[in-house]
Amino acid sequence: MRKLTAFIAGLLFGLGLLLAGMTNPTKVLGFLDLAGTWDPSLALVMIGAIGTAIVPLAWARQQTHALLGSPMQLPVKRELDRRLIGGSLVFGIGWGIAGICPGPAVAILLTGHWQAFVFMLAMLAGMLFGVLETRRVH
Amino acid sequence: MNLDWLNFTPWSALAGGMLIGLAASLFVVANGRIAGVSGLIGSLLQRGSEGLGEKALFLLGLLVAPLLWGVFATLPPLEFQNGWLGLTVAGLLVGIGTRYGSGCTSGHGVCGISRLSPRSMVATACFMLSGFVTVFVLRHVMGG
Repeated sequence: MRKLTAFIAGLLFGLGLLLAGMTNPTKVLGFLDLAGTWDPSLALVMIGAIGTAIVPLAWARQQTHALLGSPMQLPVKRELDRRLIGGSLVFGIGWGIAGICPGPAVAILLTGHWQAFVFMLAMLAGMLFGVLETRRVH
Repeated sequence: MNLDWLNFTPWSALAGGMLIGLAASLFVVANGRIAGVSGLIGSLLQRGSEGLGEKALFLLGLLVAPLLWGVFATLPPLEFQNGWLGLTVAGLLVGIGTRYGSGCTSGHGVCGISRLSPRSMVATACFMLSGFVTVFVLRHVMGG
């Protein structure tokens, strides 16, 4: 049952990205281009998503277990450290170059564009580097 | 500031966003997990992380979404702005940055802000800011 809800959640997430136009790198870059002709669509995607998720997430914060019985696993870190800020700034540079972030990168992989594979391979390499580096530090 | 009225799609953006919020809500309420795509991929790359089946199935759903969409309608346009070099550099930065920063647009931007996490608000402000600056530099300073 947990696997089914996980699959449905992923599927809905992908359909949402497609419907919102967020799988199109050019549209995402149109949002990031404040000084050009600005396409505010991405801001409305965020408002729609946060407006929908805010009550269920407030509920989740009060629970020790999810509806299907597994423990509620919300992030516990609180520090605003250099890794968080530096990493997010670096992510934003990559996002600004290509207009692709990890969710859409997965959702466009099977649409038959070679560009999606190049981006995914590079992103996985970057993540693997991060994973290995984290293991070295801890 | 000039609004791009030609490409601005307020209703589908809002509806798509609500669908994304619904998906994130389902994953946390039913499975107790944060729908953060970079985190989910990252834990698949890591040996010994728990719940791999659920995480892989979320990503599988995300992966096959365009195939299901394609059964009922034509896929929305997909226009890339980079060649292989730009895509490689961008992909590397996105991969490294999201691992160091512990999240991306879904985990920090949607889920983190929804649970009012200060860390996620700071992270989202940072990647939005550097995204704006990067596009400004590439399009308006370096031109092209």
